[in-house]
Amino acid sequence: MANGAMTQTQHIPYLAQKGLKSWILTTDHKRIGILYLVTISFFFMIAGLAALGMRYELMTPELDFFRTPTEYNVAFTLHGSLMVFFFIVPGIAASFGNFLIPLMIGARDVAFPRINLLSFWIYLVGTAILLSALAQPADTGWTFYTPYSIQTGTKVILITLGVFVLGFSSILTGMNFIVTIHKLRAPGMTWSRLPLFIWASYATAILQLLATPVVGITLLLLIAERAFDIGFFDPAKGGDPILFQNFFWFYSHPAVYIMVIPAFGIISEIIPVFARKPIFGYKAIAYSSFAIAIISFFVWLHHMFVSGISETAAAIFSFLTMLVAIPTAVKVFNWTATLYKGSIDFHSSMLYALSFIVLFTVGGLTGVYLGALAVDVHLHDTYFIVAHMHYVMIGGTVMGFFGALHFWYQKWFGKVFNELTAKAAWFLIFVGFNVTFFPQFFMGFQGMPRRYATYPEEYISYHALSTYGSWILGLGIIIMTVNLLIPLWKKGWPESSNPYGSLSLEWQVPSPPPHENFDEIPTVTDWTYAYGKK
Amino acid sequence: MSSTVEHAESHAHGHGLGDAVTHNAAKFGMWLFLGTEILLFGGLFAAYALFRAKYPDLFYDSHKKLDVTLGAINTIVLIFSSFTMALAVSASQKRNRNWLMILLSITFICGAAFGVNKYFEYSAKFHHHIYPETNIFFALYFMMTGLHMLHVFIGMGIIFALIIMAKQGRFKEGNRYTPVEVGGLYWHLVDLIWIYLFPLLYLIG
Repeated sequence: MANGAMTQTQHIPYLAQKGLKSWILTTDHKRIGILYLVTISFFFMIAGLAALGMRYELMTPELDFFRTPTEYNVAFTLHGSLMVFFFIVPGIAASFGNFLIPLMIGARDVAFPRINLLSFWIYLVGTAILLSALAQPADTGWTFYTPYSIQTGTKVILITLGVFVLGFSSILTGMNFIVTIHKLRAPGMTWSRLPLFIWASYATAILQLLATPVVGITLLLLIAERAFDIGFFDPAKGGDPILFQNFFWFYSHPAVYIMVIPAFGIISEIIPVFARKPIFGYKAIAYSSFAIAIISFFVWLHHMFVSGISETAAAIFSFLTMLVAIPTAVKVFNWTATLYKGSIDFHSSMLYALSFIVLFTVGGLTGVYLGALAVDVHLHDTYFIVAHMHYVMIGGTVMGFFGALHFWYQKWFGKVFNELTAKAAWFLIFVGFNVTFFPQFFMGFQGMPRRYATYPEEYISYHALSTYGSWILGLGIIIMTVNLLIPLWKKGWPESSNPYGSLSLEWQVPSPPPHENFDEIPTVTDWTYAYGKK
Repeated sequence: MSSTVEHAESHAHGHGLGDAVTHNAAKFGMWLFLGTEILLFGGLFAAYALFRAKYPDLFYDSHKKLDVTLGAINTIVLIFSSFTMALAVSASQKRNRNWLMILLSITFICGAAFGVNKYFEYSAKFHHHIYPETNIFFALYFMMTGLHMLHVFIGMGIIFALIIMAKQGRFKEGNRYTPVEVGGLYWHLVDLIWIYLFPLLYLIG
C-alpha cells in the first residue's frame, strides 16, 4: 500500500539503546508506550490480586479471610480505583495509542514528544501519590460518593488527589494525539484511508479532553470539602449530594467509552488481517465511534435512577441510554460481516478478538436491561451490575488489550512468543472469565447486593463457583504473562517484519522499528484494508 | 509549550517538521487545552448556577460583603494586560525584541498587581472572619477566585519564561514566535475567565 517500505536487517532498532537514562528521558513514542505498558500492567496485577482476595473472602458466607468488613471495603476500593483510573482508562489509549498512532499514520513521532514524556511523568506522580495513600487506604468505592467520602476517617484526599493528577496526564495525551492525527498524517493518508484504530483513538482523545476536566473539578471540590469544611455536597450546610453524583457521572460515563473505544479500534485492526478480507462497513465503524462518543455525554443520569431524580428526567435518560446500543451494534454487525466467507486464521490475537465480539455483546445487551427503568430499580447495586460491568470491561477492553498484546508483540518488542502456550492461556482466560462472572448475573437477579463481605447462605453455590472461576482466570493470566515475558530475554530479532501479511503502515517497517520509524515519510496510495485485492 | 519549539530545533538536522507545521500544531494543541480549562471552570459555573437558583437571597446578601471597587480595578488591570499581551504577540511577529520584552514585562507586572490586589481582598475577608466554610456563596467565591488566581500565577510563569527566551534572542529568526503566540492564548483565557467571574460574584443584582 505504500512505497518507502524498508527491509528487515539494515536498521538500528529503537530498542538497541540501553540504560536507565535512555528510558526515563526518552521522547520516542514507542519507548513511552512501553513505559505506560509496564506501569499499567503492574497496576493491573495489584488490582487483580485485590480481586482474588475479595473472591476468596466470598467463597463462604462468613467473614473469614479479611479481619473486618472495612478491610473488604478497602479491597474493593483499591481494586476499583486502580483498575479504572490506573489501568483501564490510560490502558490501551496510552500504551498502544502511543506505540501505534505515529506508525499507523506515517509519522516519525507524536506532535509534541516532550509533552508526551511529561504526560508519563505526571502519570507517575499520580501513582506515587496513590501508593503513599496505601498505608491507610480509602474505603469509599471507586466512585467516592458523598456524603460517605466526606465522613470516613480513611485517606480519601490522597487517593482523589492521585486521580486528579492522573487527569492532567490523560488530557495532555489526548491533546497530543488529536494534534498528531490532524497535522502529521503522511501524504496520501486521507481521513477515508485512516486505520480504524486511529479513528477510535481520535474519538477517545476527544472524550478525554471533554470529560476529564469535569472529574478534575469534582475531585478538587471533594478535596476542598474535606480540607476546608465547606458544604457543596453536604445537605446540612445547604449543599446537594446529588450534585456530586451528577458531576461524577458526567465524567465517568464517557470514561466508560474512553476505556472501551480503543478496544473497538484494535478489534477492527485484527479481524480483517486474520479473515483476509477488507473490513466491512469502514465508514460505519469509523463514524459509530463518534456517535458513541457524542451520545455518551447524554446518558450519565442512568447511574442515578434510584438517587431521587425526576421521573421525566429518568425516562429521557433511559431512552438516550438505549440509543447507545445502536452505534455499538453497528460495529458488532460489521465485524461479523467481515468474518463472513473470510479465510479465518485462529491466531491467538484473533481468538481474543473473537471472544471480544461474543463477550462484549453479552455485556452490551445486559446494559440494555439496566437502561430500562423498571428493571434497573430491581437490579441496581446488585451483582447483575458487577457482571454486566465486567463483561464490558474484561470481556471488552481487556480482551482487546490482550489481543493487541499478541498481535503487535513482534512489531513492538521484536520477539516471538510461543503460539501454542498463548492459545492455552487464552482458553483458560476465556473459560475462567465466564465461570467467574456468568453466575453473578443469576445471583444479582435474585437480589445479592454488591459490596458486602458476607451474605445469606442461599447464594453460596453461585459465589463458590465464581471464586473457582477467578482462580482459572488468574492462572490463565499468569501463563499468558510468563509466555510474553520469556521471549524478551532471547537475543536477536525476528526474520519477518510482517508475519501476518498486514497492509497497515506499521507492518511495513522493520520489527522492532528504528528510531523515528521511517527512513522517508511514505506516500500512501491505497486503503488500509485492501485485502484480497492483490 | 516551549517543548514544541525545542522539538523542532532538535530535528533541525535531517527530519524537520517544518516551522509552519510546528506553529499550527502548537496553536491547535493550545486551543484544545483551553477547551479543557473552560470545562474545568464549567463545573464551578454549574455549581454556581445551581446554588444561586436555590439560595438567591443568600447570594445577594453575601455578595455585598465583596469590595466592588477592588474587583473593578482588577478587571481593568487584567483587560489592560490582555491588550499588552496582544501587542507583545504582534511585536514578536515583527521581530522587535525590545518592544516584545517591554510589553511582556508590563503584562507580567499587571499579573503581579492583580495578585497583590487579591491578597488585600482575601486578607480583608479573613479579617472579618469570612472563610470558605462561612456559607455556600463564599465557598464558591474562594474556590472560583482561588483557582483563577492559580491560573494567573501559571500565566505569569509562562510570561516570565517568554521574557527570558526573548532576552536570549530565541524569537529572532524565521517564524519562531510560536511560544509567544501560544502563551498569549493562555493569558487571554485567564483574562476571559475573570471577566465572567467579576459580574457573577461582585455584581449580583
